[in-house]
Amino acid sequence: MENEVRLTNSSTGGPVFVYVKDGKIVRITPMDFDETDPEGWKIEARGRVFNAPRYTTIAPFTAGQKSMIYSDRRLLYPMKRVDFDPNGERNIQNRGISGYERISWEEATDIVVNEINRIKRESGPASILSTPSSHHLWGNVGYRHSTYFRFMNLMGFTYADHNPDSWEGWHWGGMHMWGFSWRLGCPEQYDLLEDGLKHAEMIVFWSSDPEVNSGIYAAYESHIRRRWLDELGVKMVFIDPFFNHSANMWGMKWFSPKVGTDHAISFAIAYTWLTEGTYDKEYVKTHAYGFEEWADYVLGKGEDGIPKTCEWAEKESGVPACDIRALAREWAKKNTYLAAGGMGGWGGACRATHGIEWTRGMIALATMQGMGKPGSNIWSTTQGVPTDYEFYFPGYAEGGISGDCENSAAGFKFAWRMFDGKTTFPAPVKLNTEAGQHIPRLKIPECIMDGKFEWYGKGFCGRSIETQMHPYQYPAPGYGGIKMYWKYGGPHIGTMTATNRYAKMYTSESLEFVVSQSIWNEGEVMFADIILPACTNYERWDISEFANCSGYIPDNFQMANNRVISLQAKCIEPLGESKSDYEIYAMFAKKLGIYDIFTEGKDELAWVKQYYHATDCPKLMSWDEFFKKGYLVVPDNPNRKKTPALRWFAEDRERDTPDWGPAPNQTVALKGLQTTTGKIEFISTSIKRFEDQGFVDEYRPSMHKYVPAWESWHAEVAKKYPLGMLSPHPRFSMHTMGDAKDSFMMDIKDHRVLVDGWYYWIIRMNTVDAQARGIKDGDLVRAYNDRGSVILCAQVGERVQPGTVHSYESCAEYAPLGKPGCSADRGGCVNILTPDRYMSKYACGMAPNSAQVEVEKWDGGIYEIY
Amino acid sequence: MKQWYLVIDVRWCHDCNNCFMSCKDEFVDNEWPGYTNAQPRHGHRWMNIERRERGRYSRNDYVYLPMPCQHCENAPCIEAGKGAVTRREDGIVMIDMEKAKGNKELLKACPYGAIYYNEEADVPQKCTMCAHLLDDPDWVPGIPRCAHSCPTKAIKAYHLEPEEMEAMVKEEGLEVYKPELGTKPHVYYKNLHRFTRNFVAAGVLVEGDCFEGAVIELCKDGQVIETQKTNFFGDFKFDGLEDGKYVIKIDADGRKKELEAQIAGQSLNLDFINL
Repeated sequence: MENEVRLTNSSTGGPVFVYVKDGKIVRITPMDFDETDPEGWKIEARGRVFNAPRYTTIAPFTAGQKSMIYSDRRLLYPMKRVDFDPNGERNIQNRGISGYERISWEEATDIVVNEINRIKRESGPASILSTPSSHHLWGNVGYRHSTYFRFMNLMGFTYADHNPDSWEGWHWGGMHMWGFSWRLGCPEQYDLLEDGLKHAEMIVFWSSDPEVNSGIYAAYESHIRRRWLDELGVKMVFIDPFFNHSANMWGMKWFSPKVGTDHAISFAIAYTWLTEGTYDKEYVKTHAYGFEEWADYVLGKGEDGIPKTCEWAEKESGVPACDIRALAREWAKKNTYLAAGGMGGWGGACRATHGIEWTRGMIALATMQGMGKPGSNIWSTTQGVPTDYEFYFPGYAEGGISGDCENSAAGFKFAWRMFDGKTTFPAPVKLNTEAGQHIPRLKIPECIMDGKFEWYGKGFCGRSIETQMHPYQYPAPGYGGIKMYWKYGGPHIGTMTATNRYAKMYTSESLEFVVSQSIWNEGEVMFADIILPACTNYERWDISEFANCSGYIPDNFQMANNRVISLQAKCIEPLGESKSDYEIYAMFAKKLGIYDIFTEGKDELAWVKQYYHATDCPKLMSWDEFFKKGYLVVPDNPNRKKTPALRWFAEDRERDTPDWGPAPNQTVALKGLQTTTGKIEFISTSIKRFEDQGFVDEYRPSMHKYVPAWESWHAEVAKKYPLGMLSPHPRFSMHTMGDAKDSFMMDIKDHRVLVDGWYYWIIRMNTVDAQARGIKDGDLVRAYNDRGSVILCAQVGERVQPGTVHSYESCAEYAPLGKPGCSADRGGCVNILTPDRYMSKYACGMAPNSAQVEVEKWDGGIYEIY
Repeated sequence: MKQWYLVIDVRWCHDCNNCFMSCKDEFVDNEWPGYTNAQPRHGHRWMNIERRERGRYSRNDYVYLPMPCQHCENAPCIEAGKGAVTRREDGIVMIDMEKAKGNKELLKACPYGAIYYNEEADVPQKCTMCAHLLDDPDWVPGIPRCAHSCPTKAIKAYHLEPEEMEAMVKEEGLEVYKPELGTKPHVYYKNLHRFTRNFVAAGVLVEGDCFEGAVIELCKDGQVIETQKTNFFGDFKFDGLEDGKYVIKIDADGRKKELEAQIAGQSLNLDFINL
């Protein structure tokens, strides 16, 4: 290790040590603590003492990050599409087809600035569209809520709002049942680890695979907790169409409902409790609204006249009635936690066509067993670690150097600590407000190709329960239509829905100019007129905390076993002529005449230092010491009062948790939930009011009902495409991070399969379905429906029940075999096959986690459509 | 003389591939002179994670066997290497990059398939147990990269006297993979039976409902070899079974049934048994 220097950095998959020699990264490892790092928390439960581990963990994409930094898919120079001439023929029809030539930064910035200024003078800044990717990198200063918004807000642009892509059902359904709008409908999780270690007898993991996701960003931090629970004899049951990795490690039982039918099982469990009288009647009487009418509906006394029995649920879901009944009875008998989703809410079935009612079903079951009392809660083992909740260090969503209180969470606390208003100022948004122009990311193609669109809710609707019911239109009244698209990162084809749309829109004549700012040549970067090469967070300065995004997952640093704050050192110089996003924007700011306002004379490291001093860190360590050591571990705070999530609600007290809501004006004397009644609403008053105003939505009724999923075996489309495809977040990669790019991950056997020189994405199918189609393990197959075709490698086995196939979303590689947007993709973007329809008429979220498809052996065709 | 050993617990490996990725991180693009050439970017699996599926939906499982070079005491590659392969005093088996040049035959010598060929450098390569790090006092973690990055501690590295290791083998019931080869590996496994043997599982129903507490006896050659009680799903699962004919005796509060189960290289899901 001679001449190696050990620096620090961090990632979406954990904090790291980076060993550097002669300007090159040698290795990236998990961070180990040493004797100078403080002791962590301890929990005493059932005669044992559980201590915070003295190590951190990393995710596989972080373990392989070096191969993404040094990748032949890195963009090293600014480039121009060969047949694009901003002053002559633009050849828009050739986007995605023609190649590129290297140009200088001078030329690239001139072209882009000329276009920005031309368009602003023609129809205003609203004609410039921009949107970033999620999770492309890590770092609170360099991240999209920070540097990106600071620049874009100063330049002026129309933002393509991200939909609540991992919250969906909780956002559009759960929120109307119990509020939590500041968490987009997911519950708080404070101090639940101690509660669970003390009281849990069973955990039902429903659409939850914590061994893979650990919530989000938290690598494998939660593994040890399930190990402790297992040692204490806690039973773990898994409900998921896919035999997930946590089920394999911990499950005493696996229920595999047909795709889109989970909520039949939740209704049958409720039916069993109602008929056997095994629910918490007193709690329901005082904490629920509309329960009796709902109970009648469950029992078959409602309008549909169907008792939601276990036998009925078996017909719907394929899960044996006896198993459902056995689970219901044990659940009622034992202290049971419901791990609904990856984080106490989040992910999985909430991203499916039945996501709204599944989510409400989860809340209903937890309510019926006295949620919030000791031993009963919604908890996924991924949060609730008792680190010091009082120590303030913001997450990346808290705005960083933008101070944008509209489109980030800067307004909660951070903006007021970061900017003194005398020497340093935020860059507030002027255009992308609720009354300005913004469009939904899911419908960028419609806005561009059709020139108009209408929808409900602006992005993440967290202000109140009703915010998501607000109607919007594109173009917004008086604003200019989109002429230019400044794309930041390239993954939409692998992450959105029915994504051939995104490829097709690029040849729209109305889209005069496309810039792609990206680290890698991947996904939709190939459609740009000008490419701007960005660098990774290993090539610039930054600062961040392990697993802390905050914003709509407040205080989620509690996913990690320790609060670890990292200086993200500039480990190496940016490769080639690539630059950090901040440097790129600073260059543009100069030519746009806003350099001083954008930079305030600071480079990234100066912003990092300012950021550090706006947090509680200086109380523990001076900047100089932090800069030298590279990280800081927050010590245990034994004086902090323990406040288990929702205990206050169960006990009818004022909320005592440090949660961000409900706001005082959304409660009566600070008591109760955010809902109108302050209770858990089995008949939602907010949806009822909306219905009374004429907005009736058959897929989101005011009462929580069994609404069959619109794309599932029930649907007409299933006759033509009989296989239900589950498409959850990927196992080894983080969205598109880690996949493709010639990374080490290509060699992971369960990630891609090398066949004849090409690394194919995997589709998993049952032996029975494979045999019926003449498909063998390892065969190349075409998965298809009316939306397109994707060429994949079949993995045949028992991980899914017959009738279900499984293929992860978030493929980074888009490789159309013929015309882009109109031919089969062998990159593996199964999102091409997922529905672009909104979850329901007024719930404008995505439902990628359920699509009907057919699979056949691939004959080598390119399958052009349209 | 202290020896290096790896102990891998099959129970805790869930195929996260951190070991595989860290191995690549350490060796791809990094030359370690005196130890090994750089590993090619793709194709080599110095840590090869084998997957085995057992049973049938929905009583099934997946078992993973991370398999690096076994660093055998009687390593067949030493003879085949004709002086190019040596066993260090600490038990780590090393291929000399100069002397082994061009010896593609060496790959065939390893019964575990742990040696790979680097076509570009024209040399056989394999896991070195990160010897260049273990030899370096500045390497603070003090263990190979695979073990260091394993989030479940399924892979552990030990530097022990052989007698200490022997005691651990006995105490924790460790095994080597394919002992019949007689190569005496320094890689030991815990819960190896999950990979090498099979289970039989089913659910017991009485009048259509799952029956908890039924007594299940697993018999072989007329002897009861294991007894279980069904859980609240009525389920039982006997694991670690060798091939052969078994009889399963069920007693659900007086309702009885006997059935035969033949294990032949595969695990059995007998679905529901109605009484």
